Amino acid sequence: MTAAGAVTDREPSVFDIVDESDLIRVRKVLRTEAEAVGLNLVDATKLITAGSELARNILNYATGHRGRVTVEQVYRQSRRGVRATFADDGPGIEDIEAALTDGFSTRGSMGLGLPGARRLVDDMTLTSAAGSGTTVVIVKWQR
Amino acid sequence: MTEDVVPVMKIGDTLLVALQGDLDDTTVIQIEEQLTREVARTGVSGMLIDVSRLSVVDSFIARVLARIVAMVRLLGAQAAVVGIQPAVAITLVELGVPMGHLDTALNAEQGLALLERLRRADTGTDRP
Repeated sequence: MTAAGAVTDREPSVFDIVDESDLIRVRKVLRTEAEAVGLNLVDATKLITAGSELARNILNYATGHRGRVTVEQVYRQSRRGVRATFADDGPGIEDIEAALTDGFSTRGSMGLGLPGARRLVDDMTLTSAAGSGTTVVIVKWQR
Repeated sequence: MTEDVVPVMKIGDTLLVALQGDLDDTTVIQIEEQLTREVARTGVSGMLIDVSRLSVVDSFIARVLARIVAMVRLLGAQAAVVGIQPAVAITLVELGVPMGHLDTALNAEQGLALLERLRRADTGTDRP
């Protein structure tokens, strides 16, 4: 079993991020799943906020300002959690190390999106290469 | 044409606005414009922004809240954000959004007292 846990046989929620109304959808779906697996209020709030930041990253940086989100319930031993995958076909991130550093931004923003989101979840993996898009996977486990 | 997106209450010399629901970016920007306009129009000396009904405040919303407070100050009034939910406060600090310069209070009542102190400090230093 990987660090991200095994997926339950429950149908995942998959939808496209194309405009800012989808940010609200991301928050809603994450809240529903967080409640379903029994995350406490603080952990649910952190997960939803991290998801909101990552979805906004897609709108800001991805090619065509679009991407796809997959939200699913996962388990590891007896613990349950929520896993969310944010994928886009954007320009990719040339320097992943830098992108995960506080204050780094290529757009004059505060540069909190990725490092901030990482602090809010239990596990975050970022896969990217210049020209081939970016995939960010976050997991939050129940306590 | 300008559009009001949130109800604003005027109590004495203070505007009170309560944000609620799941706010999209456009609405947040409209709120910013409306509140700045309302302060200028009414000429009040203070504004309280109650966020106790917001269950999520991400970096964008937080940034705009800080901007509203800064704009209100430029208009010569004081503004404070009140009622930040504990879970939201924990999340914002871990996210790393700089909000330390914001005047905040636990609830609207304490917010009114805070505004009063800020007004006194203002007149104390600016008008000897």
